[in-house]
Amino acid sequence: MTTSEKSTTSVWRERIMLIVGPFLQRMILPVGAIFMALLVGAFFILAIGKNPVTAYAALLKGAFGDIYSIGETLENTTPLILTGLAVAFAFRAKLFNIGAEGQFLMGGLAATWVGTNLTLPMVIHLPLTLLAGVIVGGLWGGFAGFLKAVRGVHEVISTIMLNFIAMFFISYMVTGPMKEESALNIPQTARIADTAQLMNILPPSRLSAGIIIALLVAGFIWWLLWKTTVGYEVRAVGLNYFAAEFGGIKPNYNMFLAMMISGGLAGLGGAIIISGLFLRYQHGFEPGYGFTAIAVSLVGANNPPGVVLAALLFATLSQGALGMQNMADVPQDIVYVIQALVIFFVAAPQIVQALPDWIAKRREAAQAEAEGAQLEGGQA
Amino acid sequence: MKNRFKTWTLLAVMLMVSLMGNACGGGDAADTGGGDFKAAIVTDTAGLGDQSFNDSANRGLEKAKADLGIETQVYETSQPSDYEPSLSRAPSQGSDITFAIGFLMTDAVTNVSSQNADAKYAIIDSVVEADNVASLVFKEEEGSFLVGVVAGLMTKSNKVAFLGGMEVPLIKKFEAGFKAGVMTVNPDAEVIATYAGDFNDPGKGKEVALSQYAAGADVIYHASGGTGLGLFQAAQEKGAGFWAIGVDSDQYELAPENTLTSMMKRVDTAVFETIKATKEGNFKSGITVFGLKEDGVGLSPTTNKNTPQDVIDKANALGDKIIAGEFTVPTTDEELESFTPPK
Repeated sequence: MTTSEKSTTSVWRERIMLIVGPFLQRMILPVGAIFMALLVGAFFILAIGKNPVTAYAALLKGAFGDIYSIGETLENTTPLILTGLAVAFAFRAKLFNIGAEGQFLMGGLAATWVGTNLTLPMVIHLPLTLLAGVIVGGLWGGFAGFLKAVRGVHEVISTIMLNFIAMFFISYMVTGPMKEESALNIPQTARIADTAQLMNILPPSRLSAGIIIALLVAGFIWWLLWKTTVGYEVRAVGLNYFAAEFGGIKPNYNMFLAMMISGGLAGLGGAIIISGLFLRYQHGFEPGYGFTAIAVSLVGANNPPGVVLAALLFATLSQGALGMQNMADVPQDIVYVIQALVIFFVAAPQIVQALPDWIAKRREAAQAEAEGAQLEGGQA
Repeated sequence: MKNRFKTWTLLAVMLMVSLMGNACGGGDAADTGGGDFKAAIVTDTAGLGDQSFNDSANRGLEKAKADLGIETQVYETSQPSDYEPSLSRAPSQGSDITFAIGFLMTDAVTNVSSQNADAKYAIIDSVVEADNVASLVFKEEEGSFLVGVVAGLMTKSNKVAFLGGMEVPLIKKFEAGFKAGVMTVNPDAEVIATYAGDFNDPGKGKEVALSQYAAGADVIYHASGGTGLGLFQAAQEKGAGFWAIGVDSDQYELAPENTLTSMMKRVDTAVFETIKATKEGNFKSGITVFGLKEDGVGLSPTTNKNTPQDVIDKANALGDKIIAGEFTVPTTDEELESFTPPK
């Protein structure tokens, strides 16, 4: 790289910083990625012989066209915010929590158990149902953190394995001890009591008050990470294990803590989806929110406000996909392509940055040429 | 830098404008086409291309489109929370009857059918009690009994196997019927039952099938959706004398040299018949059972390729007895315990 290139890029960045501020600069990458993903996605839609504009219009209409769609989109956003925060929080301690899915499902199962087996007034029952999700999810994640802290077991391996254990354990519970007694013989638990259900806040859609909880939790996690000693220590361990230790922070304890909080967040997501949406645990219910969460966290730059926006993006895409297939007859697989492209462009920021850089370079070249021409003209 | 801003802004504005301009027109796309009757299916998350359940339902829909000249639409879903919005939107997109494919949609159908009292729904493999819902269920145990008879007569090692997807009540029906069939024609034969724990993992299916062959079984019947594709690979790998029995659709093509028969579960028939009745104004809510009698289950038409005619005759003779009500095929382990084979 030559000096002139470097300086142009940095000058460009400086100006951006001055004018649009650091917030917008942080938004450039994800927004650019979404834009490019939609652009490339449009070619895929063209390739299957459909009109991309109609398709995207149907996507928007499917996600935000009426109150029902808006509510459904936000209902899908809720679990993604919480699982996304789970992955992001662990990542702040430089831990890859691939186990958000297992923690989510275990949290959901715990909430189902409390919701179906206890008889309590709502003021106690509902918070207890959600708390059960937090605790069991936290223990599930904390166990991986404990193994990491005490025996150095890599959290990627342990959390993936814990996912399988969770899935098969739940499969056993739902077809066995917790199965609803009914003539239908469907592998599912009984419905949770009315007192354990989150209230609907946007009929006729199924949006529950869970979205409010998720947003409050996102605010709390932001505060925890940047305004408290706990968050400071977790981040310090993530930035540099040995420096943190040298600075008097217990890195192993903090890794355990980070995994436990992470699991608790995912578990809360599971509890909310049971308490606010499905109202029972059903066999084969593996929505994959814990896996989408990894992408949500990545696109949201492991930052609570970013995670909220990224969760909204992914929920919009999946909800819009339904609109796209029934209004524009475009298969929802296209939406998977767009999701993958968003992740791709975020993971490879050079591609998104290449466009403005390329324009800058061209301008510079044009300038140099013009200057050269002037110079030559002067000499002549 | 200004230029750059302009470029981005321009592109963004262009996108916005083009979206705005079409937002109102977006809804028209679905309303094209002639017929005045429309049917839709909502698949479960496995979607089209599962070579099993959803595909079979779609065949019924396609047949209705071709034979009855109706409009059709398929709603694929990617997560359980999509069931309700899809089922709820189908009628507003003009669907006269909407099929929910699979028992996983029981709650969703219960909710949407009460919210859209004017719309008609049908659910496969489950029961929803409402005036506007038809519940279509199958006697998988009867079809499984017949393939059990085939397996029991064809085994040389006196050991046959059952490969299940997940140990859920629906799949236990297949297992119980199969075991009863084997027991009826070959009391000495042993049946090994193994569950793969997955409906969509052909690798696992192959592994389990190979272990069952290694344990001495020479006929394996699977009821495991996509996982069962591995069984046919395993049978082909083992070669002559190792047999596979397919499920749901006719799976003969997957291993022409090694497939004895397939237990057809005619989801397509159920879908087609229900559309036809609804179109003619004869929509019937409540439970409709598809068993051997209704041609809802049975042996595949390709059974004679590798199975001798006398074996098929024997199976059909027993099938006639089931139709005549001479005996009932067990559906659970408990019923199997007390099952006495017919003479």
